[in-house]
Amino acid sequence: MSKDPTIPAVEFNDVSLSFGTYVALHDVSFSIPQGQFVALVGPTGSGKTSILNLAAGLVPPAAGAVRTSGDPVKGVNRSAAYMFQQDALLPWKTALENVALGPLLRGVQRRDAAGEAERWMELVGLRGLEHRYPIQLSGGQRKRVAMAQALINRLPLLLMDEPFSALDVQTRALMENELLALWQNSSATVLFVTHDLEEAIALSDRVILFSAGPETRIKSDYPVPFPRPRNVSEARFMPGFEELYRRIWSDLKQEVMTSYERSRAKA
Amino acid sequence: MSAQERKRRERTIHFLQAAIFVVVFGLWEFGARSGAIDTFFFSQPSTFLGRAWQWLAIPGTQLGGRSIYQHLAVTLSEMLGSFVLGVAFGITLGLMLGRSDFWARVFNPYIQVLNALPRLVLAPIFVLMFGIDERSKIALGFTMVFFIVFFNAYHGVRQVDRNIINNARMLGAGERELARHVLIPSALTWILSSLHTSVGFALVGAVVGEYLAAAQGIGWVISQAQGNFDSAGVYAGMLVLCVVVIIVEMGVTWLERRLVRWTPQTDELLAG
Repeated sequence: MSKDPTIPAVEFNDVSLSFGTYVALHDVSFSIPQGQFVALVGPTGSGKTSILNLAAGLVPPAAGAVRTSGDPVKGVNRSAAYMFQQDALLPWKTALENVALGPLLRGVQRRDAAGEAERWMELVGLRGLEHRYPIQLSGGQRKRVAMAQALINRLPLLLMDEPFSALDVQTRALMENELLALWQNSSATVLFVTHDLEEAIALSDRVILFSAGPETRIKSDYPVPFPRPRNVSEARFMPGFEELYRRIWSDLKQEVMTSYERSRAKA
Repeated sequence: MSAQERKRRERTIHFLQAAIFVVVFGLWEFGARSGAIDTFFFSQPSTFLGRAWQWLAIPGTQLGGRSIYQHLAVTLSEMLGSFVLGVAFGITLGLMLGRSDFWARVFNPYIQVLNALPRLVLAPIFVLMFGIDERSKIALGFTMVFFIVFFNAYHGVRQVDRNIINNARMLGAGERELARHVLIPSALTWILSSLHTSVGFALVGAVVGEYLAAAQGIGWVISQAQGNFDSAGVYAGMLVLCVVVIIVEMGVTWLERRLVRWTPQTDELLAG
């Protein structure tokens, strides 16, 4: 796309969000340049998923403005792909049909969409499983299908909500590396929600830490200076990793404790 | 369980199923012959099986000027008519109200009242409205099939996982694509699981309608036999209906397997 590269990919200006009387986000502002991989970290209930839903246009802000590529988000954001935390594959479609759905819905001919989907099935390592239904796939395989489904439309913004949290440690490291490899061949901006600090640092260019809810704000914002391409399982041993981890963790720990005390006070 | 054990178990199940049939009918026959069972009310398996055999297998056997197959054809066409109409209207309205909270609430009390009404009391009204031919039976079956399919379609639309809807919308689905790729397939599983019940009700509508007022059909055959104090005729009619139901039931099961291959129930079938 020939858009001005200085326009931020995602921009939140004093965004607030409430559900009834519960104020989830309060005056949140941040700006993310194009092509950056950003991890959003925070204690449970800090509204990280809400940030993604706002960027996706699935919920409107109560106040403030959300822009992606300079355009205000109104209704479902057509320039964003979303990989959900829970399984969101269409159970009545085969793996291939699930992957082909995106292009199909955007007007690609059925045959071309299927061809493109086949290519993506191969890219995520699922060759031979094209005609299985989601119920016949393992948890990891379903995540791969979801990843192909999200990436196939090649949209400039990729929203990921704890996509790998349900996987075992080994599968998870594999998929993180595959995600990085696929992402490095694109120019997409990524917002990656996770509660795992190690995953956040290993994957991203920048970690944004949110405070405990309600009335979540941005607590701190750290650049992650490690070079790319990275290998996720080795990033953990890079010099400076531990230092950065410790700094972010000391911030996060406070928020986790606050969140914990608030939830206990309520109970 | 090994394949061999499973096979043995299958065989045992089939054997016991046959054994139950033999024991029940054997005791019935024995009771009738020894005089312990009054054949005026309960007939006798050998008599009504013979009657059914005569109807089905001996050409030229007429019941009120028609063969049993002609009566069956009438009943089945009524059943099919009420089934198709009930399913079509049920799905359409179920999907519409499932999508709109507003209209669902507007129609809610009326649907509840109509559903609570015992449908059989409508039968005389339908006879007045449509006469004693097929149409009054189709109308009666329709009122039964419609509500079952309607409620299932409605719930099918209501209970779609929000994540799946959001996912489809993010992938680019508008309202129409959402209905086609998400809501209808989701509702379809509910509707298909209700087909067994609704096919049964379609048959009930046809037979009861014929029983009350008609000039042909299996219900009419049974009602004629009853009028003549011919209990063997009543049981033979029931037997023919049972055979029909079993065949239709097998058809529905086949259809279900063809259409919803992605549900957990069929999983072992595919894995095995």
